Amino acid sequence: MVSLRVNGTSRSFDGDDDMPLLWYLRDELRLTGTRFGCGAGLCGACTVHVDGRAVRACQTPMRTAQGKSVTTIEGLSADGSHPVQRAWAQHNVPQCGYCQSGQIMQAADLLARTPEPSDPEIDRAMAGNICRCGTYQRIRAAIKTAANLRKGARA
Amino acid sequence: MSLIENVSRRHFLGATLSTSAFVLAAQVLPKSAFAQDPGVRTRAQGAPLNPSVYLGVETDGTVFIITHRSEMGTGIRTTLPLVAADELDADWSTVRIEQGLGDTKYGDQNTDGSRSIRDFYDAFRTAGATARVMLVQAAAAQWSVPASEITIQNSVLIHARSNRRLPFASVVAAAAKLPVPKGEAIKFKSKADWKFVGQEREIYDLRDITTGKAPFGLDTFREGMVYASIEHPPVVGGSVKSLDDKAALAVKGVRQTVTLPVPKPPLMFQPLGGVAVIADNTWAAFKGRKALKVEWNEPANNVAFESEAYKKQLVATVQKPQKVVRNLGNVDAEFAKGGKVIEATYTTPMLAHAAMEPPAAVAEFKNGKVEVWTSTQNPQAAQETVAAALGIKKEDVTCHVTLLGGGFGRKSKPDFAAEAALLSKQLGKPVKVVWNREDDIRHDFYHAAAAVYHKAVLGPNGKPTALLHRSAFQPIASTFAGDVEYPLPFELDLALTDAPYDVANIRAENGPARANVRIGWFRAVTNNFHFFALGSFMDELAHAAGRDPLEFLLDTLGTGKVLDLKAQGVEYSNYGAPYDKYPIDTRRLRKVLEVAGDKSGWAKLKSGNGKGYGIAAHRSFNTYVASVVHVEMDGRGGFRVPRIDQVVDCGTAINPDRVRSQMEGAAVMGVGLARTGEITALNGRIQQSNFDRFQVARMTDAPYQVNVHFVESGALPTGVGEPGLPPVIAALGNALYAATGKRARELPLNKMKWT
Repeated sequence: MVSLRVNGTSRSFDGDDDMPLLWYLRDELRLTGTRFGCGAGLCGACTVHVDGRAVRACQTPMRTAQGKSVTTIEGLSADGSHPVQRAWAQHNVPQCGYCQSGQIMQAADLLARTPEPSDPEIDRAMAGNICRCGTYQRIRAAIKTAANLRKGARA
Repeated sequence: MSLIENVSRRHFLGATLSTSAFVLAAQVLPKSAFAQDPGVRTRAQGAPLNPSVYLGVETDGTVFIITHRSEMGTGIRTTLPLVAADELDADWSTVRIEQGLGDTKYGDQNTDGSRSIRDFYDAFRTAGATARVMLVQAAAAQWSVPASEITIQNSVLIHARSNRRLPFASVVAAAAKLPVPKGEAIKFKSKADWKFVGQEREIYDLRDITTGKAPFGLDTFREGMVYASIEHPPVVGGSVKSLDDKAALAVKGVRQTVTLPVPKPPLMFQPLGGVAVIADNTWAAFKGRKALKVEWNEPANNVAFESEAYKKQLVATVQKPQKVVRNLGNVDAEFAKGGKVIEATYTTPMLAHAAMEPPAAVAEFKNGKVEVWTSTQNPQAAQETVAAALGIKKEDVTCHVTLLGGGFGRKSKPDFAAEAALLSKQLGKPVKVVWNREDDIRHDFYHAAAAVYHKAVLGPNGKPTALLHRSAFQPIASTFAGDVEYPLPFELDLALTDAPYDVANIRAENGPARANVRIGWFRAVTNNFHFFALGSFMDELAHAAGRDPLEFLLDTLGTGKVLDLKAQGVEYSNYGAPYDKYPIDTRRLRKVLEVAGDKSGWAKLKSGNGKGYGIAAHRSFNTYVASVVHVEMDGRGGFRVPRIDQVVDCGTAINPDRVRSQMEGAAVMGVGLARTGEITALNGRIQQSNFDRFQVARMTDAPYQVNVHFVESGALPTGVGEPGLPPVIAALGNALYAATGKRARELPLNKMKWT
């Protein structure tokens, strides 16, 4: 039995504890905003926060989630108002949109630790998240906008 | 609110899809025939005012617009409705977009070939204008005023002279009773009155995407559904020789295995066969599959496929005369005169589409009929393929189209939907088929590997007087006709038969090539290799002539004209468009080049010191694009791309922001596939399987800045999903030459040290 919190709600899981967090979120909790892209930690589509840090849900077996607090794209904000989500909308970042949950979760993690990231810092943080549509330029711009939105909120 | 509303009535009310948006929809949307008659499949169709298959207006004034083309990132799901809403003068906030089911009543639904706008712009204008005329007539009758005195703003009918106003809602019932006007009675708005067309507009699904709610193919859940992961034969045409599934069945959550039927040639979109592991969840299906022990019977000809040897064969093929597919003047006579002759052979590898969402489908077979939910580019082909696999009628297949997590051509081929349907029929339950990334990359319909040979002779003024092009590549035709060696005509019309230069002697030839894997169309299709070669070769000629590449290109295009390919023996397919309306007009090609020169500051860009600039322009899919690429060498054999300028003439840009995003994305994909894109085969098996060895562009190696510029030619609107890609690839190679003096004649570029 694995006990954890997902988007603030206590959950318990007694299935195969090899199951990656990704499939628990998607198949068991139907939190489908966390996407399956590679199953190998190579693309970042499944990025969620575990205890406040961005991780790849496809590389996180449920047995390692005991006692952890998980936030998915559905839990990032109640209404899409997280600065990163707002910035993403402002720049019309998504094309197909599939990778964007993971991009947003990765960017939120970056800004939580590096409030005003430089280009190389953005590159380093985001290099693990593939967007096959090629929205990188807008992602970079949106991260800078989100940084300003956060700064504005603190001021 | 934004949601995929293509659901059947039962599905709609049951809200079995995970998305909470459906529950919300059931609560806030007005009651209509939609909720009562199972034959009514869309809110548009159920609305009282429903003058078009694409549009309906409800009694409360809500405008339902159907997009029958698939959304895979181009924004088409928003763009076509914008066209209809503009003609209707609707308040955009009252527009609800529905995704059309697979249904021939909508016309073609195969979302490829960058033709959704080209082919359906008028249909959506007509849909909006027809409803407008009916609403205006109803208001005119109510007010007893001439219809010509009525205007509309934001879904409100206005009679200015008497200062009266009526919202759509007040006249929908009366308008619905009027005969549907046709022909002359329907007039389109003048350009000056356009409200949405030409304006930037956010995509309908934007907020659902940023909050994770947008439903893709993987996100469908049905009551009692089981999950399937399929071990496909590693070599095309393979079948199961022996199966040991004991260990797989011992995995917790695995229910059974099912051996799928072996497809008969031609393969078309049939499932590949193999062994499905059926389980209670996706993970158990994956885990069970890893424990399978399968031996395969494999056809010897496909086992022998080895991509390195195959490339040598293609190169040998294009060194010899081949089938002539275009002939202007007499290149042989011109070459015989002597002069400065330049020859080059270019090669490109196979590519996988690798859309971020791997193929996925849910099927539910019941009482001889099946419903399918899938991320398909072509729901009608999904109906046909599923029907053929199950031996039922196409009409008994309902295909719901979700959002697509990318497509790039792969998802026009619905083999995965047929797998789900076959399994659902056999198991008597809803089944979700999930391909993992390895399945996707190993069992694609690959972009063909190619070799292209070019030869030219320069005249005394440094302008070519004869051009010979010759290509060989695995034909897409092989997927449809089996053992054929020559491509379909359209495969040749993409930057081989349509070279637009003002040269008196041009010959194009194409040689045979056999396919031992499934070949399909990939974004921009054969343009990618044909134009990589052609756009690079023109640059080679410019340098051989000692001329500036831009000046050389403009000179070689001549003053500009409409090409007459028919006179040169080419039955040019023109991307399926009528030639009189969408001709090859080299004035437009010149214009995008000239604008590219201006906007990039070409005249001041001086290559050298580890920097280089390249240019290329190409018309594809009836749209004209020029690219200027900057490269910066990193001193270790690699390069960065600090900037790309893309100049596009797509006639009228409906939603300029989405045109821009397509040009940006094409620049990223072009750089990515040129640098690292390569699929290889050994013993008939694909050697790449995930993003570790099949590398696509990441933020770190994507172009840093892509500037998009428009040429407002006022021509008919044409598509933008693909045309941004081919010129980027050629311009990148040209930039590398300018920086290093080394010519990119082989892709991917990372095979060479760039210093």
